[in-house]
Amino acid sequence: MTNPQPLLVFERAARAYGASVAVAGVDCAIAAGSFVALVGASGSGKSTLLKMVNALVEPTGGRVLFSGEDVTRLAPARLRRRVGYVFQGIGLFPHMNVAQNIAIGPRLTGEKTTPERIADLLRLVELEPGLASRMPDELSGGQRQRVGVARALASAPELLLMDEPFGALDPVTRDALGRKVRELHERLGLTTVMVTHDMAEALLLADRVLVMDQGKLVADTTPRALLAGEGGPVAQRLVAVPRGQAERLAAMERSA
Amino acid sequence: MAPVWDILPGLGDKLAAHVVLSASAIGLAMLIALPLAVWASRSQAVARLSLSLASLVQTIPALALLALFFPLLLSLRAVFGEDLPTLGFLPALMALTLYALLPILRNTVTAQANLDPGVLEAADGVGMTKWQKLTLVEAPLSAPFIMAGIRTASVWTIGAATLATTIGQPSLGDPIFAGLQTQNWALVVAGCLASAGLALVADWLLWWVERGIRQRRRWQWAGALLAVVAGVSAALWAQTDSAEGRRIVIAAKQFSEQYILARLIGSRLEAAGYKVEYRDGLGSAVVHGAVAASSIDISVDYTGTIWTNYLGRKDNPGREAMYETIREWEWRENGVRVLGRLGFENAYAFAMREDRARELGVSSLIDLAAVAPSLTVGGDPEFFERPEWIAVRDAYGLNFAKRRNFAPTFMYNALASGEADVISAYTSDGRIAADRLVVLEDPEGALPSYDAMIMLSPRIAGDEGVVAALTPLLGAIGVEAMRAANLAVDREDAHKLTPEQAAAWLARQAGLAK
Repeated sequence: MTNPQPLLVFERAARAYGASVAVAGVDCAIAAGSFVALVGASGSGKSTLLKMVNALVEPTGGRVLFSGEDVTRLAPARLRRRVGYVFQGIGLFPHMNVAQNIAIGPRLTGEKTTPERIADLLRLVELEPGLASRMPDELSGGQRQRVGVARALASAPELLLMDEPFGALDPVTRDALGRKVRELHERLGLTTVMVTHDMAEALLLADRVLVMDQGKLVADTTPRALLAGEGGPVAQRLVAVPRGQAERLAAMERSA
Repeated sequence: MAPVWDILPGLGDKLAAHVVLSASAIGLAMLIALPLAVWASRSQAVARLSLSLASLVQTIPALALLALFFPLLLSLRAVFGEDLPTLGFLPALMALTLYALLPILRNTVTAQANLDPGVLEAADGVGMTKWQKLTLVEAPLSAPFIMAGIRTASVWTIGAATLATTIGQPSLGDPIFAGLQTQNWALVVAGCLASAGLALVADWLLWWVERGIRQRRRWQWAGALLAVVAGVSAALWAQTDSAEGRRIVIAAKQFSEQYILARLIGSRLEAAGYKVEYRDGLGSAVVHGAVAASSIDISVDYTGTIWTNYLGRKDNPGREAMYETIREWEWRENGVRVLGRLGFENAYAFAMREDRARELGVSSLIDLAAVAPSLTVGGDPEFFERPEWIAVRDAYGLNFAKRRNFAPTFMYNALASGEADVISAYTSDGRIAADRLVVLEDPEGALPSYDAMIMLSPRIAGDEGVVAALTPLLGAIGVEAMRAANLAVDREDAHKLTPEQAAAWLARQAGLAK
């Protein structure tokens, strides 16, 4: 534990669905201001662990503390308004335009979001303020996910959770939006937890990488240490993929 | 016969009643189905149970469903007291509401089940409470499908509401049933046109609402909805407007004689300054209870019917004793005043073709018994099971060669064609006069009498104005006149009369009008 007051703490957090165990007791603390990537293969339990934070999934064992409070003791709706949430499905409300989608979080607590604030949020995710009146089905996939990020940021969350946020995007958009999110993380002083199955994305964006396998945390270290060969066999198998790709590309470049 | 176009403008009252009834039933069905569907979307058991119950209701014919509410409400009087209406608006509303449930429920449940799970996760993710999720996300996204269900329910309900006539609720079914009974096809067509037109207009307006919601055009769905609300309000206003001061409600069962007599009674009351209202096409079984409950004020009933069906008697003490017993019983048990007898009977009797009767030398049932072993007797489908037949058979020792059942209409044809030598007829039936049939005498008095009586509900039993207006009718309607009037309504040629015209003719025959 580097920070004496971590923003997020998992204490033997576990979740089972009947006989199958999704998360098998995770201990971990996440300091305020850090950008953490949660990496693992499909079915490793990373999404389930993330959803325990905003109470979309209730733990069947252990606890999750947010600012020192057990999340299951908080009213779910109020907790979720303090936590921005971006996920692969995006889930823009199809009957609301872009501005209404972005303003939904504040609206739930009876706050108004001014058009200026909407424009600022759109600019933040590099969208034209003129898109505010468009409907979601008039946007491209990348634009939609940008709106999803803007919506998550609209209520000035203490914590940003992202569940495979760029999974459905083309590589160019994916790269640009990843950089943008990292930049916003710095600029807005966010604490970010991002679930991804793409180790390259984790290594490039995060300053701490957690690797999950079969419901357990098998590695917890920095991207640099992972690249240096630390973190154990599961983590190294995941690191090997982008590294091998990079080496093959470099070799092709040399022979060209 | 009046052309359809002349009838339509006169259906305003019925249209207003039809609109109010249908709109109330759909509104009530929405109030029940929408929360139920929300509950069902959160519980598989509720979904399965409510949908199967609603489907079960759909399998009951609408006519039967309407009729079933009469005994149900009657038994509920034990709980809610004697003021609970058993006929008219309440049972019609309840039955039609049940009928409208299924399409609304099914569409709402389906819409909820087909919502994008990503959108629902986002609703939770942004911190919506369950209520906010319902109102901000689930309801608006399901709305077009729910509207489609409401549209279906509306068309069904407007169609089925025509059947409300049979339980004493005015609707566009009134002209349809009246027309069917008196074979006035223009009236039937007018009623069908009006109710089909209403269904089309409702469907069209609700389609605009549905489309407006789907395309998120607020002015469009709000405008269409406003038109619906305006239509219903206008109907409501027209109804309350016409309801100032209660009118005298006159019943007519489902045959021509009843329509004619109701008009005859009604026209005399109108001449005396009363406002009257007709409840036509009522099921025979509901009329008696309705008069006792004052849901209906005046009916014409028959001594034999009340004797067997309500007093449960099988004996035959003779015409006068039967009448006096009924009069006394109605007053004591139900507070119903039997004002008196009109003068004719609509009884079961045996009828023969004039030439055949002469040929066989038959003029009474005693003569008939002698030749019966070589004859064929025809009866309506229930006749040979009825106590009247058994009484006659035993009293005269009737023993026919052959017994055949015919639908009432074909009975007369069978007689004409010689397939039957003698039939069970109704004494006031117009066809007796038309076919020049001989009604055989019953010297033993074996057939119970079916004297037509005017019955007054407890509400108006003491109204001297009504009594004075109707007393001249007592003893004034002979069976020949009644037969002729019935025939005039039943016939399908140029001499066909409406029940109103036949009533006026009957009044002249009775010397009650010029």
